[in-house]
Amino acid sequence: MNGRTAEGGRQKADHPAPSAISIQPSAVWDALASVPDPEIPVVSITDMGMVRDVTVGDAGRVTVTFTPTFSGCPALHVIRESIEQAVRDLGVADVEVRSTLTPPWTTDWIGDDARERLRQYGIAPPAPTGEGQLIQLDAEPTRCPRCGSLNVRMTASFGPTLCKRMYVCDSCREPFEGFKSV
Amino acid sequence: MTTTPTTLTDTQTQALLLKLTVLADDEIILAHRNGEWTGHAPILEEDIALANIAQDELGHAGLYLSLAQTLGGSDPDQVAFWRGPDDYRNTRLVELPKGDWAFTMVRQFLYDTAEALWLEAATRSTYAPLAEIAAKAVREEKFHVQHTALWVERLALGTPESERRTQAALTELWPHAAQLFQPTQGEDELTAEGILPDLNAVHARWTDLVTRHLVDKCGLTLPDAPTTQPGRDAHTEHLAPLLEEMQSVARQHPDAEVW
Repeated sequence: MNGRTAEGGRQKADHPAPSAISIQPSAVWDALASVPDPEIPVVSITDMGMVRDVTVGDAGRVTVTFTPTFSGCPALHVIRESIEQAVRDLGVADVEVRSTLTPPWTTDWIGDDARERLRQYGIAPPAPTGEGQLIQLDAEPTRCPRCGSLNVRMTASFGPTLCKRMYVCDSCREPFEGFKSV
Repeated sequence: MTTTPTTLTDTQTQALLLKLTVLADDEIILAHRNGEWTGHAPILEEDIALANIAQDELGHAGLYLSLAQTLGGSDPDQVAFWRGPDDYRNTRLVELPKGDWAFTMVRQFLYDTAEALWLEAATRSTYAPLAEIAAKAVREEKFHVQHTALWVERLALGTPESERRTQAALTELWPHAAQLFQPTQGEDELTAEGILPDLNAVHARWTDLVTRHLVDKCGLTLPDAPTTQPGRDAHTEHLAPLLEEMQSVARQHPDAEVW
């Protein structure tokens, strides 16, 4: 965050027309890696696997393609604006943010590192989605993020946000949130 | 989004527009009914659960109406907030008042299972934009099905009072649920092209699934199969007041840009 602000300031001072500078897609990816998920700030939108593609056109236009996690997620507008702002902060004037549904986002897109940070934050990371059995009447096993026990009970199948449900651990007695395996 | 709407004929486009509107209307109306429980559900967790479910349903309606817009339909907000009861094409199943908790859960179970099975079939649509939406939505629907299946079981096998209420809800709702499987105008042609799922096949799978759960597992009795049903343009007296409430803010502030 600090680095980006300093960078933006330097560009403003030294380069009056920053949009003319050709930017590398990797720099855009780096900037997007520090855009937090609005509802779970411990992970970024790239950690979550929401950013699908970054392209830089000949005229310097940056196009970012992202995919929504849940179709009814109220944070989608915030995420879209955050992506645009993060790219503009790199000195890019022409930014386009597109959304795609294909392939559909699943929790399998969440990286291992982000899963560990979710766990440390107190949210049980999602189990593998188990392709091929989308419609089943029973839920997947979940592990307590605190003590690692599988001796847990779901106390509510929906939680404070669309992506989570509520549990209590019968081993360490701690209530916790678990990421749905979608 | 590589397949463009231009691959559809005009007749197909009109038929698909209608079907998408019908699907969205069911989602919007049921979401509103579920929203009526906010602050009134038996426990806080269920208050939250129904609000979550309603939010998903509105998300799905948004997906359907956004696709409809690319086919020449109106802006989704316009469709949701500026049509009256004569233009809504939702089933009577979803517009009936929310009733008691058993009524709400049985309705949600009948609807969610139908939606989940339809979406699962729609993931194989030959029309890529619809297949994409279905692939997205079916993942979310799984949680609704699990939740409401559990509640129906809990209520049916709970106390004599909860069993009585659950059976009463099923008896009242069962004929209306059949309306979910009435084809819309032009739907047969879209089904023949593989654009829409075969509604009869979905209906058969649904009947099997809900019978196993409601009868075999929960010990409930299914009423007789309904005879013919009026179409989706015939509403009960309950839709108009629902829309009046749902649309009141949008209609009082037609120029609002930020909600």
